Amino acid sequence: MSLSTQPPKEPFRLGQLLSDTRYRSITIQVVALVLFALGLWWLIGNTAENLKNLGKTFSFDFLGQRSNYDINQRLIPYDSTSTHGRAALVGILNTLLVAAMGCVLATVIGVIAGVLRLSKNWLIARLMTVYIEGFRNVPLLLWILLIFALVSESAPAPRAFANGDANMILWGTMAITNRGIYVPSPVFTHGAWLIAAAFVVAVGVAAWLRRKSLREQAATGKPPLPLWQAAGVVLGLTGLVYLLQGGIVFTLLFVVQLAIIAAIFIYVRRFVRPALQYVPSQRASATATALGALTALLWAIYISPALWHMLTGVFGTPAFTPSITLDVPALGGFNFTGGFNVRNSLVALWLALSLYTGAFIAEVVRSGIVAVPKGQSEAAAALGMPASRSMSLVILPQAMRVIVPPMISQYLNLTKNSSLAIAVGYMDVRATLGGITINQTGRELEGMLLMGVFYLALSLIIAAAGNWFNARVKLKER
Amino acid sequence: MADPKIAYVRETMLPPQAPPGNDTGAVSWIRENLLSSWLNVILTVLSLWLVYYVVSHVAPWLLRGIWQADSLAQCRQIRDEMYGAGANVACFAVITERWNQLVFGFYPRSGYWRVILAFVLLVVAIAPVLFAALPRKMLWFSLVSPLLMFFLIWGGTIWGPIAVGLGLAAMVGAGVLVTRKRGMLLGVLVAIGVGILWFLNPFAIVWNGVGGAGNPLGFLFPIDSLITRIGDAVAPGLALPRVLSKDIGGFTLSFIIGIAGIALSLPLGILLALGRKSNMLIINTLSVAFIEVIRGVPLIVWLFTASLLLNYFMPPGTNFDLMLRVIIMVTLFSAAYIAEVVRGGLAAIPKGQYEAADALGLDYWKAMRLIILPQALKISIPGIVNTFIGLFKDTTLVVFIGMMDPVNLLGSIRANTAWNGIYWELFLFVGLMFFIVCFLMSRYSIYLEKRLRREHR
Amino acid sequence: MKKPLVFCAMGALALGAGMAQAATLDDVKARDVLNCGTNTGLAGFAAPNADGVWEGFDVAVCRAVAAAVLGDPMKVNFVPTTGATRFTALASGEIDMLSRVTTWTFQRDVELKFDFVGVNYYDGQGFIVPTALGVTSAKELDGATVCIQTGTTTELNLADFFRSNGISYEPVPIETNAEGQQQYLAGTCDAYTTDSSGLAATRATFENPQDHIILPEIISKEPLGPLVRHGDSDWADIVRWSFFALVAAEEFGITSANIEELSAGTDNPEVNRILGVEGNLGAQLGLDAEWAKRAIAAEGNYGEIFAKYLGVDTPIGLERGLNAQWTEGGLQYAPPFR
Repeated sequence: MSLSTQPPKEPFRLGQLLSDTRYRSITIQVVALVLFALGLWWLIGNTAENLKNLGKTFSFDFLGQRSNYDINQRLIPYDSTSTHGRAALVGILNTLLVAAMGCVLATVIGVIAGVLRLSKNWLIARLMTVYIEGFRNVPLLLWILLIFALVSESAPAPRAFANGDANMILWGTMAITNRGIYVPSPVFTHGAWLIAAAFVVAVGVAAWLRRKSLREQAATGKPPLPLWQAAGVVLGLTGLVYLLQGGIVFTLLFVVQLAIIAAIFIYVRRFVRPALQYVPSQRASATATALGALTALLWAIYISPALWHMLTGVFGTPAFTPSITLDVPALGGFNFTGGFNVRNSLVALWLALSLYTGAFIAEVVRSGIVAVPKGQSEAAAALGMPASRSMSLVILPQAMRVIVPPMISQYLNLTKNSSLAIAVGYMDVRATLGGITINQTGRELEGMLLMGVFYLALSLIIAAAGNWFNARVKLKER
Repeated sequence: MADPKIAYVRETMLPPQAPPGNDTGAVSWIRENLLSSWLNVILTVLSLWLVYYVVSHVAPWLLRGIWQADSLAQCRQIRDEMYGAGANVACFAVITERWNQLVFGFYPRSGYWRVILAFVLLVVAIAPVLFAALPRKMLWFSLVSPLLMFFLIWGGTIWGPIAVGLGLAAMVGAGVLVTRKRGMLLGVLVAIGVGILWFLNPFAIVWNGVGGAGNPLGFLFPIDSLITRIGDAVAPGLALPRVLSKDIGGFTLSFIIGIAGIALSLPLGILLALGRKSNMLIINTLSVAFIEVIRGVPLIVWLFTASLLLNYFMPPGTNFDLMLRVIIMVTLFSAAYIAEVVRGGLAAIPKGQYEAADALGLDYWKAMRLIILPQALKISIPGIVNTFIGLFKDTTLVVFIGMMDPVNLLGSIRANTAWNGIYWELFLFVGLMFFIVCFLMSRYSIYLEKRLRREHR
Repeated sequence: MKKPLVFCAMGALALGAGMAQAATLDDVKARDVLNCGTNTGLAGFAAPNADGVWEGFDVAVCRAVAAAVLGDPMKVNFVPTTGATRFTALASGEIDMLSRVTTWTFQRDVELKFDFVGVNYYDGQGFIVPTALGVTSAKELDGATVCIQTGTTTELNLADFFRSNGISYEPVPIETNAEGQQQYLAGTCDAYTTDSSGLAATRATFENPQDHIILPEIISKEPLGPLVRHGDSDWADIVRWSFFALVAAEEFGITSANIEELSAGTDNPEVNRILGVEGNLGAQLGLDAEWAKRAIAAEGNYGEIFAKYLGVDTPIGLERGLNAQWTEGGLQYAPPFR
């Protein structure tokens, strides 16, 4: 490197701060930082002075004071003698609840509507277009108010159940009233751990079978463990233990259950599988196991006890009672007592959020499917693949890469929009911490700050989870 | 040849099929589009039932609606006379009677022409921006129109908007002049300096800061108010009666907040996106922090902040107009979203474009303005328009801080004894108005995409 | 602010410190309009009519103050506030006074730093239930669903009442009265609770008012009155005595009909002092001599206002009850003007 000509060292001039690109960026950044710091200092100074003028202090003591107000929907014990901090926690849990429920339902609605909008059936495609455009172009607030009004105007009042004007549904275990939907809650007795243990073992077995079949697939090319096998293992084991706890009637009941379940799964396999197996085929059995586990859980803690509840009415109580029973809502006084009360405000907010966001998700799904070149499905057809298989093995895995990022931002939107709970009086964090607490204590600054931090943290967590998932489905370029 | 274990590979040739029949005409269209499989038949029947159910319930209610009555009681009376007691009939008379309120809020009656004229001006100003076929000279009018609209809607002396317009012109002029001579950075700083001299009184701020009282040179500064005072003294008659922000309501309010937010958030969003793409650490960090904080918190919380807390952050004794506070918040909120959309557009531009711009010797701003941004913005049009639609829909949230937008008027109309108990009709009306505006926006975005599609021609 | 948009942006930066909470009177005079916080809509108390003019019992107090200070009862800006936003609007100076069925409590007076200047309506919280329920007392509401307006004292009273009686209930929080009404009529709550004046106002608007009863229990004291910020006693005095002028006017028989002839001078020195014929009460307040005369002439005396908006001849149909003059067994009692 003897010939390399170093540029001559120039003496540094002040003008270079503006004209020389090497220094200019530093200048710009320093100026920006100074301006930002000045602005911040100005805002904080003003705030301090205003607080002093009002004679207020900046403290979070109020969180430890008695709240004096009641909250109707509480997932943790709370009454008017609890503290404001606990009230805020109740609100936070309510926000998380409605956001989680909304995300699940919105996804279901969105995927169905998105796929149906591409359907060959002219009528259904037009209907879905009407639904999507209608919900996308009218403010969410109006939908929430409208659905709230619909829910409270159309359902019967609890009084109507007393004189037989209205009846409970699902074998007399669920009541839809204009105050909310009363659903039974499971009651676990001593033997419940047996079922739980059987459930855990069954999931383990299904997972082990899956791993084995995957190894087999890698070796021989045999398709992996199908859906109904994995689910059947989980359900069968759980149900067997359940069966051992019951009597004659109960055994009959279980046989009926098995028949129903088998029928359901055969149909699920035919119709729903394309939509469920959104991931490449290696993951199909994992999905199936998860789905089977969910179904088994629902079956064990709700549907079976409900059937049992109905049958005891017909045959009398059997010698053995199953270890999981239901606390069925019954009309007592003004309202139903027992079970869960899924309140109107929650139902309205949940439905409105899901339908509204579902319309956006439908468009996301549709554009994702459209983005997959037509040649892909044609190639699959040329291989002789049935349409359902080509959807699940060829189209959807590729569409997922387009779908996932906008889907994450829809979930974020839904979570943030849940703060519109104010319109229906659902007691979310905005209503407790950001509403009544601020109003009764006059601590706007602290309350709003806490609320902002909560929402920000929640958004960042959802975004991080979504990005992690996105990284897994992204095209691996090698 | 084929592996028998693999289920989806055919092993034999298919037999040749018969030629397809004639498939035109209504019957085969129906068979093709509605009844092609069992699932489709079920779906068709379900949809037909749904359509019938909705239409049979809504159509009589809608078509037999009563348009002329003074109160709900009278509406019910008319209904009982015409259709029998308890019939399912809408009472649209509430819209007829409160039409003005729903559109203008509590704007003084004698001033309705001002709002209408402002709206016409808006259409004229927006037209050349939306449609390239119109003469480009009209864009100058678009630049001036916000000041005119402000003057029309809020009234007061015309010299105020004129002074503001002159100030903005002075800022831009000084900025451009210095930029040509000394480069962008100094240009921007000079423009900001001119702005401070024009609109604020730096001397007073410094003076108060060091603990002085009174206001040296207060009679001269801000230049903006000086011009207003001089103008008022010279030609005092050029004024419209003042209207307060509190009196502006209904769809007028939604439009003002929506349009102002849209117009202000686009440039701000583009700047934020550039800041986020910038490789200067501090600029980048500030942009990312701003975008994430704004997007991470629901708009309703920001609006509550605007109504409850903004006065804490301002010097004691200031009193911000609530509508201005809301516009600022809505603008910042939607700017953060637009920044993300534009960032996506920028990410889609191949690196070669940047390199080509560098090779041509363009500096950063020229490269952005002439090469990168036109392409990036073209890609992000659907996203930007979606953000705008979202912004316009979100204007309904001001109901929670007590502003009289259409949704809030629904409540106060129902609080009046005459219309107590009316519900669906008002909802239908307000929803329909929003639907029309948002639907037009989304159609426009599709049109624009088609127009800008340069490939495949 | 003169030019709302431009000016307040400038004012935000350019205004110096120190002119904050003091001298509301000067601000109002300079602005030439009174900013008065009120309801977003409560029949009888505050609601805009079809022309957008606000009317009602609470509105009349603002009009009286505007007449006293600015000489014109129409120089009022009504700022609609919700239960949740009203206090911050007042604390931040967005409004000069709040007249919005607001209960005078220790917490609001001391902790939230407001001054209640008087009580324009003595109220108490009650319950309304459909007659069909067969409930005759609030103590029978065990397990009932109750609608309440959130952000108000009713929420806290309700919690205390049910707690102290050892019965359970299910609160349904709602944002506005109109919404509460709609929910109650739809049967989503068994009972609706708010100030009994509000209950009467609400019941008045029902299609079949006789199908609903207001239960006998009044579970709280709700002295409702106008309030101002702490720290400006001069302004508080103006609002306070403008209101008392209305009450005293009824006591001494000054009505909007006879006020002109009484202004010529009467034998009652107190009437003369109120109407500015004798003494210098106006000057002591920093106003002119005829301040109270204008306040009374704005919408009439306390009794006239009551009769016009809430009385038995209106759809609201409220009896005077506790709000009668002290001479007639009520609680309305204006301190002497001397």
